[in-house]
Amino acid sequence: MVTEVAPAPAPPPVARAGGRHLLHLILRDRIGAIGVVIVIVMTLAAVFAPLLAPYDPTAMSGHRLAPPSGTFPLGADEAGRDLLSRTLYGARTSLTVSLIVVSFAGVIGVVLGLLAGYYRGLLDGVISPMMDVLFSFPTLLLALAVVAARGPGTENLILALVIVFIPNFARVVRGTALSVSKEPYVESARAVGLSNTRIIFKYVLPNSVAPIAVQFTTTLAYAILIEASLGYLGLGVQPPEPSWGSMLSSGKAFMELSLWPSLVPGMCIMITVLGFNLLGDTLRDALDPRLRGRR
Amino acid sequence: MLRITLTRLVSVVPVLLGISIISFFVIRMIPGDVISSIMGQDFGDPQVEAEMRRYFGLDMPLHEQFLHWFGGLLQGDLGTSMRTGQPVLSEIAERFPATLVLAVSALVVSILISIPFGVISATKRNGLLDAASRLISLIGLSLPNFWLGILLVYVFSVSLGWLPSQGAGEGEGVLDNLRYLILPAVTLGAGLAAISMRMTRSSMLEVLNQDYVRTARAKGLGETVVVTRHALRNSLIPVVTVLGIQAGALLGGTVVVEQVFSWPGLGTMVIRGISQRDYPVVQGTLLFLALFYVVVNLLVDLIYVYLDPRLRSGH
Repeated sequence: MVTEVAPAPAPPPVARAGGRHLLHLILRDRIGAIGVVIVIVMTLAAVFAPLLAPYDPTAMSGHRLAPPSGTFPLGADEAGRDLLSRTLYGARTSLTVSLIVVSFAGVIGVVLGLLAGYYRGLLDGVISPMMDVLFSFPTLLLALAVVAARGPGTENLILALVIVFIPNFARVVRGTALSVSKEPYVESARAVGLSNTRIIFKYVLPNSVAPIAVQFTTTLAYAILIEASLGYLGLGVQPPEPSWGSMLSSGKAFMELSLWPSLVPGMCIMITVLGFNLLGDTLRDALDPRLRGRR
Repeated sequence: MLRITLTRLVSVVPVLLGISIISFFVIRMIPGDVISSIMGQDFGDPQVEAEMRRYFGLDMPLHEQFLHWFGGLLQGDLGTSMRTGQPVLSEIAERFPATLVLAVSALVVSILISIPFGVISATKRNGLLDAASRLISLIGLSLPNFWLGILLVYVFSVSLGWLPSQGAGEGEGVLDNLRYLILPAVTLGAGLAAISMRMTRSSMLEVLNQDYVRTARAKGLGETVVVTRHALRNSLIPVVTVLGIQAGALLGGTVVVEQVFSWPGLGTMVIRGISQRDYPVVQGTLLFLALFYVVVNLLVDLIYVYLDPRLRSGH
């Protein structure tokens, strides 16, 4: 095959840094290691919630607003439901929703960004202004608009957040695709007759991996926050399904009687988001050699 | 300067058009029927239904509805509330000052926190204070603002009883009303401060490494003069941009924070509109907030050009 005869010039080393090398870079940074630990613990809590939770998260009892004790390790909420169980299932809700949202938004955004950045011309002329308009709408307001139109609920929440986060990915990928497609090694790949699809998969996409990974982590952190905010406003996952945001909203109403229901879910949101933020920061530094050692 | 202003103004037009199209169609995407969802249990009388349909202009084809709505929009008509029958624009006009006051105070709070701490963090790089303020700003970034609000209410209203937790205070003196503003403004401002603090620190670090700063030091100027007169001014340019980007977070944040403190602004209005399925209210408020956001960004861009002489001649 013609394509195999011409030795393709190697893309920049960053893209080819293997997974193990990257993990090493992240863990070498103490802050990054903390981020990794938080993310792993929270993920395990979400995955094994049914095994870890002592009670059914929606089962009510007579122990309304009970303080932490042997029976209720973190206390109970206004309906006597176990806070620990609800918080564990809340992690499940929060992480599942965010992961689905960011994956869909990521795939759609990456495809749009590649089309706009690599093919330019008419495609770029259609995609970029659309992304600009979406981007010019404040995130939470755009999500509110979609939820307002479609009604509160998990599916609509996911749809809203996917729409909101597509431009983040499209913009980043369009940028790298634009610059990579002008590189000499892409020119020569074209000259030896590689198809556009192959060039995209062989050169453009691998070079976009680093910015996509960073975007993925930081967007995940943001998605958790926005999901919690919409839940707090009563527009996200609907009760009695446990979600951190809605737990805080009902907790606030009974704050004068017990602080625990307004304390525990908020703490979890903060720690989880912090974990992803720390990971994102370290990832950015590890993947962008220019920033190394500058912090 | 004039040419840049005009170019920026023109570039805003497609965005505005896009925003109005989005806000029109978002409401038209509603599954089921608006009328049946408003009428609820009274649904069933076909004559009343037809009447309402005509009243809200829903009997027209979609493109005519859009033209009708857009025509009204150009004349400042955002429709009437389906619940109260009042014009949406007059309620917005009534509530906007509260939101603006909250947003501006939050911005002031965030500047008061972020600039001093960002500068100290950069000048005492890698010191204890730097580490502490970086940790605080990271936590601030990860903290949901409504939760911070809840905690502040617990400490300052429930436990200490120092500050009111709900509303904006009406019919009292200015000083009393100010007490209502403190908690919401701090709640909203703290989150913003976290981001601007990081930005101030990194741009300050960049500027402190510049040649002209070394020159200023070399000619024997005191460190305070070097930092405040030579470095800070130049490092503020990117910070201004961040504040502009923050305008979006600020507006989104007000919606949530207003809800926490029952603040009588546009945020509580839009949430009430959503829960009552009052579509013109939701549409009008979101449109207004988006417009406001675009205008703020435009202003920030122009301030940016004003602060950085290189941009005035360049693009």
